[in-house]
Amino acid sequence: MQIQPVLAALRRHRLATILIAMEIALACAVLCNACFLIASRIQMTHVDSGVDESFLATIKLTGYDEAKASDLNARVTSGLREIPGMQSVSVINEVPFGETAGNAGITLDSAGQKFAGVVDFYVAGPGNFEALGLQLISGRAPRADDFQPMKAFLPSSANVIVSRSLAEHLWPDTDPLGKEFWCGDFHFRVTGVVAHLARPSAGEGGPGTIEWSVFTPAQPGANLSGVYLLRADPAQLPRVLRDARAAIAKLAPDAVVEQQASQTIGDLRQVYFRQDRIMAGMLLGVIVALLLVTALGIVGLASFWVQQRRRQIGIRRAIGATRGDILRYFQTENFLIVTSGIALGMLLAYALNLLLMTQYELPRLPLYYLPAGALILWGLGQLAVLGPALRAAAVPPVVATWSG
Amino acid sequence: MSMFGYYLNLALRSLMRNKMLTALMVIAIAVGIGASMTTLTVMHLLSGDPLPGRSQHIFYPQVDPSPLPDPENTHKPWDMMDYRSATDLWSAHRADRQALIGRSALRLTAPDMNQPPLMAQVLSTTSDFFPMFAVPFQYGGSWQPQDDQQRTRVAVISSDLNIKLFGGANSVGRTLRLKDSDVRIIGVLAPWRPSPQFYDLVGGRFSNGQTADFYSKPQEVFMPFSSSLDINTDGFMAFTCWRAPDPGTSMTTSPCVSVALWVELGNAAKVADYKAFITDYATQQKALGRLTHADNTRMPSLMQWLDFNQVVPSDVRLQTWLAFAFLLICLFNTVGLLLAKFLRRSGEIGVRRALGATRGAVLTQCLVEAGLIGLIGGFGGWLLTLLGLALIRQQPVAYADLLHLDSTMFLATFVMAIVASLLAGAVPAWRASRVALGLQLKTL
Repeated sequence: MQIQPVLAALRRHRLATILIAMEIALACAVLCNACFLIASRIQMTHVDSGVDESFLATIKLTGYDEAKASDLNARVTSGLREIPGMQSVSVINEVPFGETAGNAGITLDSAGQKFAGVVDFYVAGPGNFEALGLQLISGRAPRADDFQPMKAFLPSSANVIVSRSLAEHLWPDTDPLGKEFWCGDFHFRVTGVVAHLARPSAGEGGPGTIEWSVFTPAQPGANLSGVYLLRADPAQLPRVLRDARAAIAKLAPDAVVEQQASQTIGDLRQVYFRQDRIMAGMLLGVIVALLLVTALGIVGLASFWVQQRRRQIGIRRAIGATRGDILRYFQTENFLIVTSGIALGMLLAYALNLLLMTQYELPRLPLYYLPAGALILWGLGQLAVLGPALRAAAVPPVVATWSG
Repeated sequence: MSMFGYYLNLALRSLMRNKMLTALMVIAIAVGIGASMTTLTVMHLLSGDPLPGRSQHIFYPQVDPSPLPDPENTHKPWDMMDYRSATDLWSAHRADRQALIGRSALRLTAPDMNQPPLMAQVLSTTSDFFPMFAVPFQYGGSWQPQDDQQRTRVAVISSDLNIKLFGGANSVGRTLRLKDSDVRIIGVLAPWRPSPQFYDLVGGRFSNGQTADFYSKPQEVFMPFSSSLDINTDGFMAFTCWRAPDPGTSMTTSPCVSVALWVELGNAAKVADYKAFITDYATQQKALGRLTHADNTRMPSLMQWLDFNQVVPSDVRLQTWLAFAFLLICLFNTVGLLLAKFLRRSGEIGVRRALGATRGAVLTQCLVEAGLIGLIGGFGGWLLTLLGLALIRQQPVAYADLLHLDSTMFLATFVMAIVASLLAGAVPAWRASRVALGLQLKTL
């Protein structure tokens, strides 16, 4: 197939050619960025919480008298442990994907000068480390004497366990064990590192800080009460949670169960990422509509060109061109237009990505999205032009003899 | 006018002649308009002024109680104030109206209604709140300034809570048990749904663009600031603390920011006076050793405060960008198809030109045809917008129940569709009007 005659013909339809190419370019830019947005949303929903989600549920109580908090903790934990199938009940301040309770800024010096970011403190009574199923990668699990009494919202000095992500942020390329950090007057020393531990929600630093968590052992009491972590076999968990909610009415008539917050961790995770899934779905809808509209545009214009050139097609057929030649002519034409659109579209995609990066906390568009988007648009173009091109190929040579 | 009717007739005939091409163009316009108007309507409803006509007089004074060193002056005042600063400014009564804001969640029962206890969202405020924010009442009314002083245990409840507890009956005079104290209902609000819920909107800059909750419903119980602290000694929810409060610290001296202040200032002179007043206050407090950063005072207006908090969720802004890119693609598509459509009729246009039609007449006729496509596409776009809004209303977002197509956006749908199609038709129509006369006649 010679490209020369195709280009010559396109030059005669400069405006229409440019329009279709522009449409392809815009589609390419939106397609690449929308796919990238979908991928980053979906990746976000796959965050590893580091805990045995399918085994865990939580109950959150409020409205009780703070002075009776220790009594409430004792009543609830001992009462709930009676439920058949319950493996453990422990007191904690928050759970992954639940409501945030322990956000605070930390410093790497006791004077409070070297600010190191806003992290999340899981303040947890005995039993939580095992119940959560945290995976220790260095150091040791909390010992009985690590559980210090609370002073306000944290123990005044504690041996803590941090996530690998936080350890790498605070002490890059250094062994974090034994390192210290401060939060105002509160002092912490790292005694262990876990592979993953997601905080209830990413902090001011954006999605990259989702695992900046500190597991802080503490004694339950007035400042650590009301949130309970339940562990049971996944098959029994929904029933255990139901029984637990029912039992609370008798165990703690003085408290109010926060319905939204008292769920299995799996359900909390679903709710937590709902908006991301909706957004991903919406973006997918836009992509489908976009490709459809672009395809229809190609079909419309190609049909017009086929009809306009019926006579020329007839002449070419009369002087020996095969049906395949005609078919390939229109396919080549489409390929050339789409290719020029894609060339411009890649630049546009990059520009749009830069714009999105300034507006939203998005990383740079990985380069492989560009050829992937190009492949999709080439395929779409060929698919859309196939119908009109086949009609063109079906034009009989006799048309050449018709006038008009 | 008769010419317009004639062009309309021609346009209709032309559209009917090639139904496929017409349908393609109408669908492109309808889908593009539907997508962009859906997102634009959401933007319009979420970025609107919650107090139209009054918001320019409402201000949010801020002082910076942080004792932490800030050598580079980068610290913006926190989104709320400490108890002492806020109540000092309020007690001075230097504005036309002023209302303190504190938030808490309290256990609530209605003793004579036999319903399980619930956690009620309580807004502690002062009597000016209701007239300042034009809050509508269904039964009873607000408390008076002397109730704030005398620490009267009264409450105003929301319409929703009144329906939940009392089946919507006039509950003025009934008693609620909040935590361990009885309060008497003196007012029931009519349904009130400010968008966003502007008066206790804080922390937007720390929320990574996930601000949908700024559009949730107002609190269920409103109580005098003074008496609410009597029944809830734990104090209000803190926005943040600059150090951990010592056990047993009372709300009034805690190292936390948990109180906000709104003021109404009727004219520019009063605004300037009030700004000077807060600066003087901060300077005087610095002299007393209570504040560290005296020069760090602010007083955004209501709308500036909403902007600062980036109230419109970033997802909604992203959707709007996307929808407009999509509309642009639909328009390019329509330009191409219109070009095909008009130029296909080159022969017919040639004849009309030969018979005396001016270029302007051909241009006008083509534009009428494009406009007609826009009108039909706009109708489709309107239906798709309604569908789009209905779909978003199904989503579990705080603003779902706020969404509707108001008359402005209804009109905007059609205006945008017609303008878009005329824009798309401009180049093809111009090309059609330039059709070379002789050439076309020769090929006929």
